[in-house]
Amino acid sequence: MLEPLSPLGHAVPEATTIGPFTITERTDTALASLAIRYGRAADVTATAAAAGIPLPKPGRHEIQTLAAFWLAPDMWMIEAPFVPHEDIRAHLLTLFHDAASITEQTDAWVRLDLTAPDLPALMERLCNTDLRAAPVGFATRTVIDHLGCYLIKRSDRDITLYGPRSSAQTLHHALTVAALSLT
Amino acid sequence: MTQTNRIAGGQIDRSQTLRFHFDGLPYSGHPGDTLASALLANGVRLMGRSFKYHRPRGPLSAGSEEPNALVQLRSGARQEPNTRATVAELFDGLTATSQNAWPSLKFDALAINDRFNTFFTAGFYYKTFMWPAAFWEKVYEPIIRRAAGLGALSTLEDPDCYDKGFLHCDLLVIGAGPAGLQAALTAGRSGARVILADEDFRMGGRLNAETFGIGDQTGADWAAATVAELATMPNVRLMARTTILAAMDHGIYSAVERVSDHLPEPLPNKPRQTLWRIYSRKAILTAGATERPIPFENNDRPGILLAGSLRAYANRWGVTVGDRVAVFTNNDDGLRTATDLQAKGVDVVAVIDTRPGGPLLPGIRHLQGAEVIDSAGRLGLQSITIRDAKGRVETIACTALGTTGGWNPNLNIASHHRSKPEWSDTLATFLPGAGGPANLTSAGAAAGLFSTHAALASGDETARAALETLGITAPAQTLPQAEDAPVAITPHWYVKGSARAWVDLQNDVTIKDIKLAHQENFAGVEHLKRYTTLGMATDQGKTGNTIGLAVMAELTGQSIPATGTTTYRPPYTPVSMGALAGRGRGQEFKPKRLTPSHKWAAEQGAIFVEVGYWLRTQWLPRPGETTWRESVDREVLQTRKSVGICDVTTLGKIDIQGTDAGAFLDRVYANTFSTLAVGKCRYGLMLREDGIVFDDGTTARMGPNEYVMTTTTANAVTVFRHLEFCRQCLWPDMDVQLISTTEAWAQYSVAGPNARKLLQKLVDQDISDAAFPYMGAGEITVQGTHARLFRISFSGELAYEIAVPTRYGDALIRALVTAGEEFDAVVYGTEALGVMRIEKGHVAGNELNGQSTALNMGLGKMVSRKKDAIGVALSAREGLTKDDGLRLVGVKPVDHSKAMQAGSHFLKTGAEPTAAHDDGWLTSMIYSPHMGHHIALGYLRNGTNRIGEKMRVVNLLNKTEVEVEIVSPHFIDPEGSRLRA
Repeated sequence: MLEPLSPLGHAVPEATTIGPFTITERTDTALASLAIRYGRAADVTATAAAAGIPLPKPGRHEIQTLAAFWLAPDMWMIEAPFVPHEDIRAHLLTLFHDAASITEQTDAWVRLDLTAPDLPALMERLCNTDLRAAPVGFATRTVIDHLGCYLIKRSDRDITLYGPRSSAQTLHHALTVAALSLT
Repeated sequence: MTQTNRIAGGQIDRSQTLRFHFDGLPYSGHPGDTLASALLANGVRLMGRSFKYHRPRGPLSAGSEEPNALVQLRSGARQEPNTRATVAELFDGLTATSQNAWPSLKFDALAINDRFNTFFTAGFYYKTFMWPAAFWEKVYEPIIRRAAGLGALSTLEDPDCYDKGFLHCDLLVIGAGPAGLQAALTAGRSGARVILADEDFRMGGRLNAETFGIGDQTGADWAAATVAELATMPNVRLMARTTILAAMDHGIYSAVERVSDHLPEPLPNKPRQTLWRIYSRKAILTAGATERPIPFENNDRPGILLAGSLRAYANRWGVTVGDRVAVFTNNDDGLRTATDLQAKGVDVVAVIDTRPGGPLLPGIRHLQGAEVIDSAGRLGLQSITIRDAKGRVETIACTALGTTGGWNPNLNIASHHRSKPEWSDTLATFLPGAGGPANLTSAGAAAGLFSTHAALASGDETARAALETLGITAPAQTLPQAEDAPVAITPHWYVKGSARAWVDLQNDVTIKDIKLAHQENFAGVEHLKRYTTLGMATDQGKTGNTIGLAVMAELTGQSIPATGTTTYRPPYTPVSMGALAGRGRGQEFKPKRLTPSHKWAAEQGAIFVEVGYWLRTQWLPRPGETTWRESVDREVLQTRKSVGICDVTTLGKIDIQGTDAGAFLDRVYANTFSTLAVGKCRYGLMLREDGIVFDDGTTARMGPNEYVMTTTTANAVTVFRHLEFCRQCLWPDMDVQLISTTEAWAQYSVAGPNARKLLQKLVDQDISDAAFPYMGAGEITVQGTHARLFRISFSGELAYEIAVPTRYGDALIRALVTAGEEFDAVVYGTEALGVMRIEKGHVAGNELNGQSTALNMGLGKMVSRKKDAIGVALSAREGLTKDDGLRLVGVKPVDHSKAMQAGSHFLKTGAEPTAAHDDGWLTSMIYSPHMGHHIALGYLRNGTNRIGEKMRVVNLLNKTEVEVEIVSPHFIDPEGSRLRA
């Protein structure tokens, strides 16, 4: 039985608190990309609606039975609880069959959740996203320390960052340094 | 030393005393002081030496335009050269030293240059150091650099950190004088998101330097009250100590915030400075104006300042520069200096006014129609010589002189998009022109509106208009009363008859130099600048440029606007390199990508190598191994003998799905993939449009409409980008979806005769040759965990690549090592990987060099002519298909004890080592432990037909020459039987 290791190298993910900022590594989310195949938009839309899988507009993240955020035209990232969706692709294939191209993305990313009363003060030192003006449910691709990341605003004091897994330590370091500069 | 020149008033905190040192001597000042104001308060006027002539210099100004008072601030690793004393905020314990002087500021040996000024005119270097040419780099330039430099770098590593960041606003207001404050107030009250940035540590601009009021308050009090109100608004961000450096594209402005420069050192974890990128929907330039002097003979002595600065030191800092003060003016603003100083009890000995008429100042000797024609005082002003309206010459003793020739709007930012300023005859200055940054409007003095009332009104109106375009309506408000004096100026660009009258004090450019440039036909403004250095260096000619243009205009007989201006370029004021670098230096220069086996490998003491951002295991030394070769040889031999494991996660992986996935691959690969059976993989060759090989790798068909492509590590991103371009732009009608999965899977190569035995211990399915043949691919499980297996080989051995979700990558490497113990399995790094691929004759980065074809690589048959694919047509060009073109060959030394050098060129025996005889080059060279000697791959002209030929490989750079034999590139198992075992 192989034992998993978190992107930051922990057997059990850890949280870091720096002043008002808490950075929490999360490994309890399964991810898969879902892209509509040519001419199959109606099938995918209907199936998603029936299964409670949102297909949000650009720049948005939505939560129904599962959650999703927009990646590209006709393409979304589906979020699901890791348990029981470890094999998320197989689960989605049983719903969408050949109407969509589905690729497991769980381990392509490190998920870091950030919590603080004033996250824009932190994020303005890290990326060009206008978090202060962004509404809850905002989702975007951005760049932090040369790393392409997804940023999701879950509430006024909670965001999620998905960064490239192999650079999890670099991303965490960037967040830590920025947080330290504000304490 | 006591603060002998401190007078009443000013916005300094006299309840606190700050101690500081200049050139080793102790002084005191107060919070609110700059280094310049504090030194002047202590009676120190001499602060530096000039660039070329080493003439004594003191501050000319009280702001960022300062050309003269440049010092080295702090000491040790924090020493910063060329710091303007006029903007260096005083703190307790500050140390500064003068620069460009030896052995001391008061006695500078290189001041001898001043005696020889006749020789050191503009163009001196170009005329003097013409020959011999060889002397320029080795002799002349070092001497000139040593003599001409200003401050010196410490050469120590900067101990501070710097930050960067991104801000967003509806309205950016650049400068917090009366116009900027009013603009911010109007916008702030409307609810718009406002950023108000000012380079000064105290907002208010000239309001802090003047005595007139706004409403029933002093200007300084109104500024403080306005700043206080703005500070209560959550939609307004006040950024003092922040200079807007440049207008970039699309409403973006760059700014540097001096977060900690007013402190002895930054607080823990705090940056010294932050470079901000400000995204603004609208912006207003309210950066005020800079005064210009009237050059006259010897107008550069310490104690000769701009009149407005002389007034600023008195009003804002409670400092008089001298006990006897004179003013030299051509406009009414200069008169303010005289009246303000007199009101403070300073002895104003004369006002020399170039204008012949008008009302006389009461109680002051006001000489109309007069000029200052010379000055005296070795290390500081002692007297001026004037010529009155009747031509009488008189010497007046004074220790400070304020000169003013008028004010130039600070239009730099408005001119950053190559907008050319427009001339105003009325104001005798340039104003912001058309064609500047699209979202920027100028207001206040920056727009040529010099009265306080006009500044307030234009700030309000400009903000209101800018917000209107954003759909934001500002509430109506009544502006406070303020002075509204018109500009009364009669241009007087310089005192006629002057020669050594300084126009650009930082570069020691005089009227004489400009005349010389004209005489030698360097009359265009860009030529004038480069010939004389007028307007160069840290101050960028803020006080001298317009005067220089006016002098040139007079010489050429053109108008000033016809003479033109040089191009305004960022940054507005100097920026430290650290701020531009931000956090990106040293280990933080670039991100690190760690492989799934990194933690395990680090525990084993692996040596890592940077491959792009990746850190890969290069080799894994074992106890007793003293050289890298020992480790690598062992890894290679043991892999070929039994089994080796290598982390190949870094290879790019791209998931390609869709009903047209196979057809898509047929178009992007030179060979065919639509016919590949499900559960199989194939080596693929990708060409650029020009027929040159772009990348290679294996692609597996995991389902009818599903492929997994692997790319080289180096090209993972570029191949993905290329495929997206093909999908989105070339063939948008194809049903293909792409996503990178490089990070999602941990992938290990398991190679060697015992590879299958090792893997079978971990894999839950039968992977015998029958069940999982050569080039097979499929989904499997490893101890219950879903995984993928590919039977492919880079080493030439029986080999597999096994992939698990990355979270299990650490566990899998440990499981593989444990399972491999019975086979004496090794983990090998990139060095051994390279050795084995060269032994096998596989091409890699050295051969895929961006100028080689499939034919060059011996892979010409892979380019299918049965279908169309990117690059196929152009790969058939005559020049690329010559029979005697370069071909991949193997190379071994005739004397096996000899090593060769990659990059060496093939030459026939006896041929001269010239380009005409060049037959190709060695691309890759290693020591082969299998062969027991060095081997190499290379591109040899007509190589396929030259197997067995003996020739030389010559490296002219390293002066090596080795006799070699051309052999097949396949040193190991040329039949491929091991792969299929």
